[in-house]
Amino acid sequence: MNYSGQIENFFPTLRILDSQGHVVNDQKNPEMTNDQLRELMRRMVYTRIWDQRALSLNRQGRLGFYAPVAGQEASMVASEFAMDKKDWLLPSYRDIPQLVWHGLPLYKAFLYSRGHFEGGQYPKELNAVMPQIIIGAQCTQTAGVALGLKKRGKSQVAFCYFGDGATSQGDFYEAMNFAGVYKAPAIFICQNNRFAISVPVEKQTAAETLAQKAAAAGINGIRVDGMDPLAVYAAAKEARDHALAGKGPTLIETLTYRYGPHTMAGDDPTRYRTEELTGEWEKKDPLIRFRLYLEQLGLWSHDDEEQAAEQAKADVAKALKQADGVPKQKVTDLLGNMYEKPTQNIKEQLKEYSTREGDQR
Amino acid sequence: MTQLTMIQAITDAMRTELRSDENVLVFGEDVAKNGGVFRATEGLYDEFGEERVFDTPLAESGIGGLALGLALQNYRPVMEIQFFGFVFEAMDSVASQLARLRYRSGGVYHAPVTIRSPFGGGVKTPELHADNLEGLFAQCPGLKVVIPSNPYDAKGLLIAAIRDNDPVVFLEHMKLYRSFREEVPEEAYKIEIGKAKIARAGKDLSIITYGAMVRTALKAADQLKKESIDCEVIDLRTISPLDTDTITASIKKTNHAVVVQEAQKQAGIGAQIIAEINDRALLYLEAPVGRVTAPDSVFPFAAAEDVWLPNEKDIVNKVKETMNF
Repeated sequence: MNYSGQIENFFPTLRILDSQGHVVNDQKNPEMTNDQLRELMRRMVYTRIWDQRALSLNRQGRLGFYAPVAGQEASMVASEFAMDKKDWLLPSYRDIPQLVWHGLPLYKAFLYSRGHFEGGQYPKELNAVMPQIIIGAQCTQTAGVALGLKKRGKSQVAFCYFGDGATSQGDFYEAMNFAGVYKAPAIFICQNNRFAISVPVEKQTAAETLAQKAAAAGINGIRVDGMDPLAVYAAAKEARDHALAGKGPTLIETLTYRYGPHTMAGDDPTRYRTEELTGEWEKKDPLIRFRLYLEQLGLWSHDDEEQAAEQAKADVAKALKQADGVPKQKVTDLLGNMYEKPTQNIKEQLKEYSTREGDQR
Repeated sequence: MTQLTMIQAITDAMRTELRSDENVLVFGEDVAKNGGVFRATEGLYDEFGEERVFDTPLAESGIGGLALGLALQNYRPVMEIQFFGFVFEAMDSVASQLARLRYRSGGVYHAPVTIRSPFGGGVKTPELHADNLEGLFAQCPGLKVVIPSNPYDAKGLLIAAIRDNDPVVFLEHMKLYRSFREEVPEEAYKIEIGKAKIARAGKDLSIITYGAMVRTALKAADQLKKESIDCEVIDLRTISPLDTDTITASIKKTNHAVVVQEAQKQAGIGAQIIAEINDRALLYLEAPVGRVTAPDSVFPFAAAEDVWLPNEKDIVNKVKETMNF
């Protein structure tokens, strides 16, 4: 069978708000209170400002590894908005906003960026795993977390985030396949920002959509406008309800874009994409369209915007100070976290390093 | 007490733990109704059902990821890699993910996962089934690597591995599965991970080995005894972490040592043992430490196994060479 040209019929792109903030699909418009709408907007503005601050802190050498998020706020923040506090989150390295909105203290995110082990010490009440570096590895782990939640009979789901590049990995297929077989409550969110570092999605796969990859695993697949917070939220909410009803996992492809480089470690996007393309995507900006929508409803003002931005700046400054106050990392801290009880060699090395000059770095 | 083969002792250990701890789960390819391709999980599905003992899709990396996720939900997964030669498919999930969970989370999370797998040569499997990859895992910080040499140890070590709060690679030598029976207590008992056993006491030379080579070394020691060389045989039982205290104490007594491994020579456990001896007991040695290993080819095709694997004669010769240095 030749599917060419027909895939779009099976996986149409869900859009609720157009780029001017007009509702184009009222039927799918999710039920949200005014407070929820305002809070979602506040979080996106806050995230944008914090991202800008993070870039500048990185350039000053005050932060380490950082993957910019501007452009992906709807895809990240609006999907996390559909999570319950008790749901599990398995993010990739770019998905720091979801972690923070799920409950990770901002200073911990900064410590992670700096490569300090306390950045991985999550509070007990936070159901999340540290950002995954190996592309797609969090997907199979999500199948396990979700199966565990199901076995425990809990009304919780597991949210997993990754990019378009991850859909080429075996782990991505294995995860959907495992979760599908076990009907585990997993939500796989593929943020298709069109480039895996530099490789365009067209060179990642011959498939017309990434959402269609769900079909092979026998699970639900849905494609959404990732610049539309209402569409992202609606899809994530629906996927969550579906999973909680025992109907199994969903793959959500969000069509989005990162305005900045892959990471702050020397990536130059002008080598692999045009400014015109970036300009086109900036016109679809999630903050602009959601702001226009909320203004029409009388739910958002210039003051609200200012307040959210100022709060972000103040929180970043406070978190930075808190991160600066954390004791320097020692080799003994690392050795001490290898096993529950240190082995003979580690015991000896703990002794050696605890007396070694310059252990604190 | 009943007489059990090693594979029966392994099944018995899993049954014991499935009964005593509801968080223990057993899963892998063909482990449920089929009872595993070697029958290591025989009867467990019938007794504990699909909730506790279940098949996975055929994907080793997925099995490793599943184990990590289940560990995060406070389960105690016992995952099977059907043949250890397939473990490269799960290398990331074992070496980068399970082994590092405690470290990456600064001790907040841990992975009490047992990775069971048949390994080793001498049973004429198709290629990439038999292999001696234990050294790769001994090099991964965060993992423990346990290799029993007999039914009694297999049960006690597997129970210890399942109860351990860190990931343990538990390697079951295929040749030992059904080669002999031994008295194995019916009740649960643990053998401490990281502790070697003196399988045979002797005063002239220490043979340090593990897995199937323990039996081979014991036979060599019997042979050597007839020639008035009294060998001590150390069964490491755990190759990571190494029991350096037992090794050192033995060498201080015998002043001679030969390390024996079934694996290829390059960067093996034998090399690590020699390095530890160098650090801890060099001046007690009267001769360089001898080393018996397989040669550095890829693990051989079935028809070449008998000439490739180290044997009793190799050990006897190396011991004599060391004694006559």
